[in-house]
Amino acid sequence: MTDIDLIRDLSRSTEGRADELSQLRAGLAAAAQRDGILDVAYRIVDSPVGPLLVAATELGLVRVAYAVEGHDTVLQRLADVVSPRILLAPARLDQIAHQLDEYFHGSRRDFDVPLDWRLSAGFRGVVLKHLPEIAYGHTASYAAVAQLSGNPKAVRAVGTACATNPLPVVVPCHRVVRSDGSMGGYLGGVEAKRTLLTLEAAA
Amino acid sequence: MEISRTAKVGRLLNVTVKRAFEAVVSDHGAAVLRVCRAVVGRDDADDAWSETFLSAMKAYPSLPADANVEAWLVTIAHRKAIDVTRARTRRAIPTDDVPERPVAPGADRDDDLAAALARLPDKQRLAVAYHYLACLPYAEVAAILGGSTDAARRAASDGIAALRRTYLGKGNTSD
Repeated sequence: MTDIDLIRDLSRSTEGRADELSQLRAGLAAAAQRDGILDVAYRIVDSPVGPLLVAATELGLVRVAYAVEGHDTVLQRLADVVSPRILLAPARLDQIAHQLDEYFHGSRRDFDVPLDWRLSAGFRGVVLKHLPEIAYGHTASYAAVAQLSGNPKAVRAVGTACATNPLPVVVPCHRVVRSDGSMGGYLGGVEAKRTLLTLEAAA
Repeated sequence: MEISRTAKVGRLLNVTVKRAFEAVVSDHGAAVLRVCRAVVGRDDADDAWSETFLSAMKAYPSLPADANVEAWLVTIAHRKAIDVTRARTRRAIPTDDVPERPVAPGADRDDDLAAALARLPDKQRLAVAYHYLACLPYAEVAAILGGSTDAARRAASDGIAALRRTYLGKGNTSD
């Protein structure tokens, strides 16, 4: 037996099993929450529009992200802008996960969770805060939303606000469409927008 | 979910970013657990691991973005292992003779190896764990243990030699 074999045995004999490690990680998430150092908790929620990353600070839901946005990129951005103390910690997201599930089954029309708006500054934030006024199953044009937001000329800015909505689905930028009635773009992809509008029209 | 790739790309581009702590746990959780098991034994390793990562997460925002994260974690684990060991010593009833860890008949080679490791002098056990299980260079091992790089190298090498004698002396052969 060479030293390399011995070291390999040493490594193997101290190796944690996958279930042991995930138990330790779950314990860490709980302890971090208890000690008030879990600045951002996140989990992945499966949905008809693909896996959604949902992230919450102590204040509330701070981010909902489509897979096309790149969940890695989204987490890095949260680390840069909010805090790097981020863990996969599902418990804080139980409520929103449950509500998203109800929404995608057509049994929920409004979301009722605290929101942390820190990622939507300035006029974009103003626009986004008005979007819940567009009722479930209805749509409004970019121009109408500009009016709603108190700046009728800011149609392009409304487009930007929707395209950079940190809380899609929950803050319904999918209900904003072109004046000619065509759907327009969507940060989660046009297919996702169609799915959401079809879901809301059917329920 | 794999979230470490972007950071690896970042390193290749020589951009230093502070990654989400989840990625730190993903990348180093297994190595730190190996170190904890080697240093404090299997029974206390979970406590040492949890204390290490909780403490690391508290301090994480002030860690320089270009720090060697693995060495930083092992340094914390080293301190936590001392705490865990002291706590156990306080709980234990002191005796003059430290009984040899009983080895049940039929216990497998891993138990023999754990027992052999546990019997190593502290410095050798720690040097073996930090160099061979956490893959830290001897300079980092020396920074944690105190003493010179050469002393750290010698301790690790003496530790491996002692393990060869005790573990392999029991008739454990590989393959």
